[in-house]
Amino acid sequence: MVEWTECERATIKDIFAKLDYDSVGPAALSRCLVVYPWTQRYFSKFGNLYNAAAIMGNPNVAKHGKIILHDLERGVKNMDNLKETYADLSVLHSEKLHVDPDNFKLISDCLTIVVASRMGKAFTGEVQAALQKFLAAVVSALGRQYH
Amino acid sequence: MSLTEKDKAVVKALWAKISTHADAIGGDALGRLLVVYPQTKTYFSHWPDLSPNSPSVKNHGKTIMSGIALAVSTIDDLKSGLQELSEKHAFKLRVDPANFKILSHCILVVLAIMFPKEFTPEAHVAMDKFFCGVSLALAERYR
Repeated sequence: MVEWTECERATIKDIFAKLDYDSVGPAALSRCLVVYPWTQRYFSKFGNLYNAAAIMGNPNVAKHGKIILHDLERGVKNMDNLKETYADLSVLHSEKLHVDPDNFKLISDCLTIVVASRMGKAFTGEVQAALQKFLAAVVSALGRQYH
Repeated sequence: MSLTEKDKAVVKALWAKISTHADAIGGDALGRLLVVYPQTKTYFSHWPDLSPNSPSVKNHGKTIMSGIALAVSTIDDLKSGLQELSEKHAFKLRVDPANFKILSHCILVVLAIMFPKEFTPEAHVAMDKFFCGVSLALAERYR
């Protein structure tokens, strides 16, 4: 189980409290689909993903981006119990969606970049370290039910 | 995943906008690397002060960015352009090449912070590909 310092807990809660989920989620997912185009393989039913503009304007991508952020919030509220929190989603991504778990790191990196752009100078090294530790823990929990 | 002509144009255009801030970018990225990935401190045990705003960190940030500037100017042949730097990293500094990826990530984070409007997804993909190319060229002489 991951050990969190009080500072890390406070930092994670603070980051998410200030985030506009409905903007950051879509921005992170669409950035991932542009920067790592092979991730588009999981979204073939989403319609037009032909170029960056299409991806960024795609309503299905936006909707799914929001879902991802709201699901991350569950982790923020259950930081000491991420494995159980994400067990169902892990099974879903493994057995139904067949997502290569390496992709979770890619969208984490894009989310980190989007959060950085929104927070500006407030996104210090310490804040980045806490966010990346949280996202790595979520990624690990999401990969737990892969067999 | 080699750089297309479009990628090179995007990298050069972004570099033109950000290069006047190169020193600040380098200092922030390196300071950030040492905090977010503490294992990287092992390469700088000879510095008296590893905190983000220390003179050693700021200075070395400038050095790193001058390497990036060289890479931008030799973007059509990174292997040749960075050969000397590759030999330095391989034989003298012996930095594990895995670290190139995490420093690249830290530079991208700094670009997102300092240039949120310019660092669009299209600019991001071009810069990510560029840093992959730079990392590959830097690792060229390792073995």
